[in-house]
Amino acid sequence: MVHEAYRRLRRQAEEKLAARQKRPLIMVGTATCGRAAGALNVLAAVKEEVARNGIDAAIAEVGCLGHCYAEPLVIIRHPGFPSLCYGWVDEDKARRLVVDFLQHGDPCFDFALAALEPNDLFPTFAEYPRGVYEKRIILALCGLIDPEDIDQYLVHDGYAALAQALTMAPERVVAEIKEAGLRGRGGAGFPTGIKWEVCRRAPGQAKYVIGNADEGDPGAFMDRALLESDPHQVLEGLAIAAYAVGARQGYVYVRAEYPLAVARLQKAISQARARGLLGQSVLGSNFSFELEIFQGSGAFVCGEETALIASMEGRPGIPEPRPPYPAEYGLHGQPTLINNVKTLAYVPHILRHGAAWFRRIGTPGSPGTAVFALAGKVAQTGLVEVPMGTTLRDLIFGAGNGIKEDKKFKAVQIGGPSGGCLPDTALDLPIDFDSLQEAGAMMGSGGLVVLDEDDCMVEVARYFLEFTQKESCGKCTFCRLGTKHLLDRLTAITRGKGKDGDLEFLQELAEDVREGSLCGLGKTAPNPVLTTLRYFYHEYEAHVREGRCPALACKDLIAYYIVPEKCSKLCNVCLGSCPAEAVQTRPDLLKVIVQEKCVKCNSCLVACPPQYRAVVKLSPPQDGT
Amino acid sequence: MEEQLHAAVAAILRQYDHRRGNLLPVLQAVQARLGYLPPEAMEQIASAFGVPPVDVYSVATFYAQFRLKPPGRHQFKVCLGTACHLMGGHTVLDCFERRLGIKEGETTPDREFGLERVACVGCCALAPVVVVDGRVEGRVSPTRVDGLLLSFSLEKSRRETPATPTNGGGGSPYGA
Ligand SMILES: Cc1cc2nc3c(=O)[nH]c(=O)nc-3n(C[C@H](O)[C@H](O)[C@H](O)COP(=O)(O)O)c2cc1C
Ligand code: FES
Repeated sequence: MVHEAYRRLRRQAEEKLAARQKRPLIMVGTATCGRAAGALNVLAAVKEEVARNGIDAAIAEVGCLGHCYAEPLVIIRHPGFPSLCYGWVDEDKARRLVVDFLQHGDPCFDFALAALEPNDLFPTFAEYPRGVYEKRIILALCGLIDPEDIDQYLVHDGYAALAQALTMAPERVVAEIKEAGLRGRGGAGFPTGIKWEVCRRAPGQAKYVIGNADEGDPGAFMDRALLESDPHQVLEGLAIAAYAVGARQGYVYVRAEYPLAVARLQKAISQARARGLLGQSVLGSNFSFELEIFQGSGAFVCGEETALIASMEGRPGIPEPRPPYPAEYGLHGQPTLINNVKTLAYVPHILRHGAAWFRRIGTPGSPGTAVFALAGKVAQTGLVEVPMGTTLRDLIFGAGNGIKEDKKFKAVQIGGPSGGCLPDTALDLPIDFDSLQEAGAMMGSGGLVVLDEDDCMVEVARYFLEFTQKESCGKCTFCRLGTKHLLDRLTAITRGKGKDGDLEFLQELAEDVREGSLCGLGKTAPNPVLTTLRYFYHEYEAHVREGRCPALACKDLIAYYIVPEKCSKLCNVCLGSCPAEAVQTRPDLLKVIVQEKCVKCNSCLVACPPQYRAVVKLSPPQDGT
Repeated sequence: MEEQLHAAVAAILRQYDHRRGNLLPVLQAVQARLGYLPPEAMEQIASAFGVPPVDVYSVATFYAQFRLKPPGRHQFKVCLGTACHLMGGHTVLDCFERRLGIKEGETTPDREFGLERVACVGCCALAPVVVVDGRVEGRVSPTRVDGLLLSFSLEKSRRETPATPTNGGGGSPYGA
């Protein structure tokens, strides 16, 4: 019955898409990262050019391919050629692609990034360093299918696992997830199967399942990309979870800052409902499941599960002590399963390929892959999916292609505000849920921000404390006041107002906050301070003892100067670049910076032509000029 | 004005049943409609939900998303998430503050521009990022800030000049 219904859906999808196969297809990546780089203009240009030249081609919007550094991205499938992906496409290039490739058969290899299938003409993504390290499971379809067309998910075995689950006993589904050793991708790595089992066994009239896409880590975007690129995968995982634990109502909790993810998810939900994959008697079975989106309201702490529930109940998002765990006593006091959306996205794959397959990937303690959002000073920013146990070095220097502008690597911030900053000596650590603890960090949910020689570690610690201090809900004293004191002291140090004993004070207070706080936010908030103290003590010392910022980053500890011997005198570029009229011309035409007016925006240093490089910054500031 | 506001909120309230779990969705819908949460609207919501107004205030002030003051006609949200912070988000914010003469969280006196900060819009790969009237822009440089403000002020003068050319000092007191 269920299989019959599924096969029918699948056949319809295949027939619909087969009819399209023969036409050229232009796909524009219009996830948020693409849009931020101008993808909607590219899309408009493609449409216009296709219409103007009367070309018979289909145009589709797709999600994020993960190569965000090269956005906007366009993929062209032209029968007779390998499918090609183009990077850094602007409107002009888009028009050229339409005319030169589709009309005149010239595939414009000069701005192609990679081919999608092996061929004799152009290398594929698999042949680039990133492709060598990657293993894509939950990102496999991202950027390659239209997230607003359920049929494209269906023809790639979409919802097959749900159909399969519905013919299994719920206990069997739970057992399979348990055997797979799947662990929660929301940060803590809790064994998913055990959580499901607890929730399944918990007595309750109504049970709930919630997909957590609050993604509060500032600098992470895995969940956003997943929902914008392949939302059905998450829905399918959530439906299977609901069946397994015995819930009839589910929610996806999406953060407020992700309007496009909400829109695409909403569309996915209505399409799934229209096909009988959600709602009353799913696929003709006696399992019914309703699904709604709940939008967060911009509070980091609401990613924490008890705070998340509080916000869904219309209260301020303040965490509650656990136990009881939500799996037993959650939303409206009922057993509630909360999983990160990435965790849920693995579920269909595990059911389709089996627990043993999943266990063969990754490390024994953390099977499967991990999705990382590479950001900061790494050259190829974007999303990568690698087997658990990949080293930081392979991630940053392999998949990420090293540091921007060939600068020197300084540290990597992993695990967001709860994580830590690790130096180059940690680069060869394999990353999984358990490996980074000793080094003082944690894998977290996958945010990975790379820092280079220009970044000041004290400043970075201050930044994170400012963040957690703002986001502290204020319920427990250690977190509320402790983070405030840490922040004040760090701020003083970055301003050159550090005192003897400050570093010992920071160390002790940080440890106290870690011990004394109620929820994960406070317990982990000191991590950035503790790790930077541990690995970059000398930078703290330079600030406190010499009033010097070694990275030349702390504004109060640096000053800009123009080296008279280097200044061309006849060039006025710096003058124009200054927003504060701090650069002035002396009677002998030499340029000088009036220190009282300088806002230290770095504009003149960037503007000074490379043949002169006359602007320098120094720390501590020198007396006179 | 007051009546309009009341009617707008009432229309939204009719779309939801008034159990506590719908408080955030209702506040979100009201803000989406009005641009912010005026005190009268919060009182109206409180009485519909049968909770004391202070409950609604405490929810509205807890969550960063809610604005208690009206936004500008054009709203800039500068991202200061980790990636944007490292890639120069503060310089971008400084540029806006200097050019507009306001601080983050404020609106220009003519209500033309509002400036806010956000903690990450998930576009970190293209940092630094600014959300301009709901549209995300990546790789924003200080010169791009000037460009944005210039195009909006041109738009403003176009908006104001073709209207009846009143004699002597017509149009906006703040000029273009
Ligand atoms: C301060 C704090 C913030 C959190 N933010 C998130 C988040 O944004 N997304 C998420 O999935 N989990 C977050 N968590 C973890 C959740 O509480 C919960 O463990 C998780 O959603 C469970 O899903 P998983 O087992 O699939 O990881 C956060 C925890 C804490 C303490
Ligand atoms: S840090 Fe700015 S978009 Fe994420």
